[in-house]
Amino acid sequence: MTTTPGYATERETTEGKVFNVTGGDWDTVVGGTDPIQDERIVVNMGPQHPSTHGVLRLILELEGETVREARVVVGYLHTGIEKNLEFRNWVQGSTFVTRMDYLSPIFNETAYALAVEKLLGIEDQITERANTIRVLMMELNRISSHLVWLATTGMELGAISMMLYGFREREYILEIFEMVSGLRMNMAYVRPGGVAQDVPDEAIVKIREFLTMMPKKLKEYEALLSGQPIWHQRTKDVAVLDVTGCLALGVTGPVLRSAGLPWDLRKTMPYCGYETYEFDVPTTPTGDVWGRYLVRMAEMRESLKIVEQALDRLRPGPIMVADKKIAWPAQLAIGVDGMGNSLEHVAKIMGQSMESLIHHFKLVTEGFRVPPGQVYVGIESPRGELGVHAVSDGGTRPYRVHYREPSFINLQAIPAMAEGGLIADVIAGGASLDPVMGGCDR
Amino acid sequence: MTRNGVEPNKPSEEPGGGVPVQAPPVGATAGAPAEYPTASPAGRGMFGIHGSGDTSGFGGLVRRRVQPAGTPQPYGSYFDEVYDALTVAYPGIEDAIEKVVVDRGELTLHIKPEQIAEVCQVMRDSEGLRFELCSSVSAVDYLGADDRRLHVVYLLTSMTYRRRVRLEVAVSAEHPRVPSVTQIYPTADWQERETYDFFGVIFEGHPNLTRILMPDDWEGFPQRKDYPLGGVPVEYKGAEIPPPDKRRSYQ
Repeated sequence: MTTTPGYATERETTEGKVFNVTGGDWDTVVGGTDPIQDERIVVNMGPQHPSTHGVLRLILELEGETVREARVVVGYLHTGIEKNLEFRNWVQGSTFVTRMDYLSPIFNETAYALAVEKLLGIEDQITERANTIRVLMMELNRISSHLVWLATTGMELGAISMMLYGFREREYILEIFEMVSGLRMNMAYVRPGGVAQDVPDEAIVKIREFLTMMPKKLKEYEALLSGQPIWHQRTKDVAVLDVTGCLALGVTGPVLRSAGLPWDLRKTMPYCGYETYEFDVPTTPTGDVWGRYLVRMAEMRESLKIVEQALDRLRPGPIMVADKKIAWPAQLAIGVDGMGNSLEHVAKIMGQSMESLIHHFKLVTEGFRVPPGQVYVGIESPRGELGVHAVSDGGTRPYRVHYREPSFINLQAIPAMAEGGLIADVIAGGASLDPVMGGCDR
Repeated sequence: MTRNGVEPNKPSEEPGGGVPVQAPPVGATAGAPAEYPTASPAGRGMFGIHGSGDTSGFGGLVRRRVQPAGTPQPYGSYFDEVYDALTVAYPGIEDAIEKVVVDRGELTLHIKPEQIAEVCQVMRDSEGLRFELCSSVSAVDYLGADDRRLHVVYLLTSMTYRRRVRLEVAVSAEHPRVPSVTQIYPTADWQERETYDFFGVIFEGHPNLTRILMPDDWEGFPQRKDYPLGGVPVEYKGAEIPPPDKRRSYQ
């Protein structure tokens, strides 16, 4: 090392000559406390950010890379669905609520249908086949929702292949949905009183294929992620939330189960006949993102078990309640312009029966009446407890429908998980809650 | 079938039938062009009819919005146990409860607004109650049926006993003040903000009672019944389709 006064120091290395740029009195200037280290900066993340799962906005106060304060801002996707419901009849409600949480439409519809049925007092008239189809569709939907979670979280944590694989398999489930209901998403398939149409035989074949295909795929995902050092480092001991924290903040679903509490409404407060199915409630004791990953992977396997049992017990039978006022349109047939009232029925009401025509008119323009009262129904959606508080004043339209949306409630946990951690873990923690902003903002 | 003393298929004895249409709203909020209660009970019928307008007898189309009467003891199911445990844990409960309603297998305790936080504390902490989870907080606007028209509804879940109970408090639109339960159930934070946002119920003691889903500078409380739905007419194949709350109402 040579030193010439006024020049930078230099030394010989194997790569060549290296100069150290120093000099003057800069050492004393920067020698004290580093202002960069102490300064808090406020970073606005979102609402248009690829890692925030839709239009979620986070305001982060950072000290270096450490998050000191996190605030969550929601509401960018508010569409007034609850208010709109009050201006449509009870059946039209299905079409609205299915658009709330767009990754789990079947759950939104089922919760709504169960609430309306409870208001009508016809829970025990729901046919066996309708209940089985509901369970079948819900569990398929749970898998597709968890697949999107796995895909997007994989992408956000650097596993791009997982994103492609997850969406590829989800596509398969959406094709099943299309075969069954005619639509891939937002199907309005589960209606008060039953389901809209019967499951066609081709769909059964496709679901069976799916059941043989999916376990292999799950193994593939695990081979890709479970042993991956980067995946471990990005998920283990990250965004920890214990049972106390979950209960205080109202967090339910896989996040609560990853903290070790086996609270699953399918087991604890069963509906749609879940008490007759054999499945386990997976939990982990860790309470971190890794645990949530394990729980969701295990839940997909449990859902496959339920789908298989539901297929086995699918017996021919009605899919709607017998009451034709609730089940309208009840005389369905496929015409040149698609599914609709059968021509015989139209001929009858137009030509023969004045009474039928009146009833038809009243049902089409008004819909059925629901006795006054209020009910609450909670079901286990892929994100936690999805609750519907429905109030009727005795009319043909909902007086008030409120959704207890798990995305909305769970997002409150972000400050608890993110504060004190690194900024990179905000992404992992937020993703592990699996928020869907369409559901959160409604 | 009689529910709450109202026979659904029997026409009203009152002249005109149904609940009279409300006068223009008092609590209507600035900025919102509230003309008349949009979801008014009798509605604006087709061809300008008033009252039920029912000519078919299809549904006995009289809508009477009656607040449910209290249910006498015994309540059945686990409800008696909950009530008794609450009586033991909170001696002043007789004064705090306005009425108890059991309907469709659900227990609703109507609580005096100023005592809701204390009752929640007891519900959470008492050994025989253990309602650890506050599942849902929201509100319903019973415009025209109740002087204290804003009802805040809390749904508590006991994970230990696997029970649910609904607590309901009623406040008027003029003094919509309810103690916050965020100290007891932190999860109520956003849900109370949502209730404030949509109904204008002020939760006293809430750490940060601001709008959450609507924009910060929004005026009015959109889910009150005297707040119009809004919307613009849409042209479809040459015809103009009015917004949903301006459409012909077949009530």
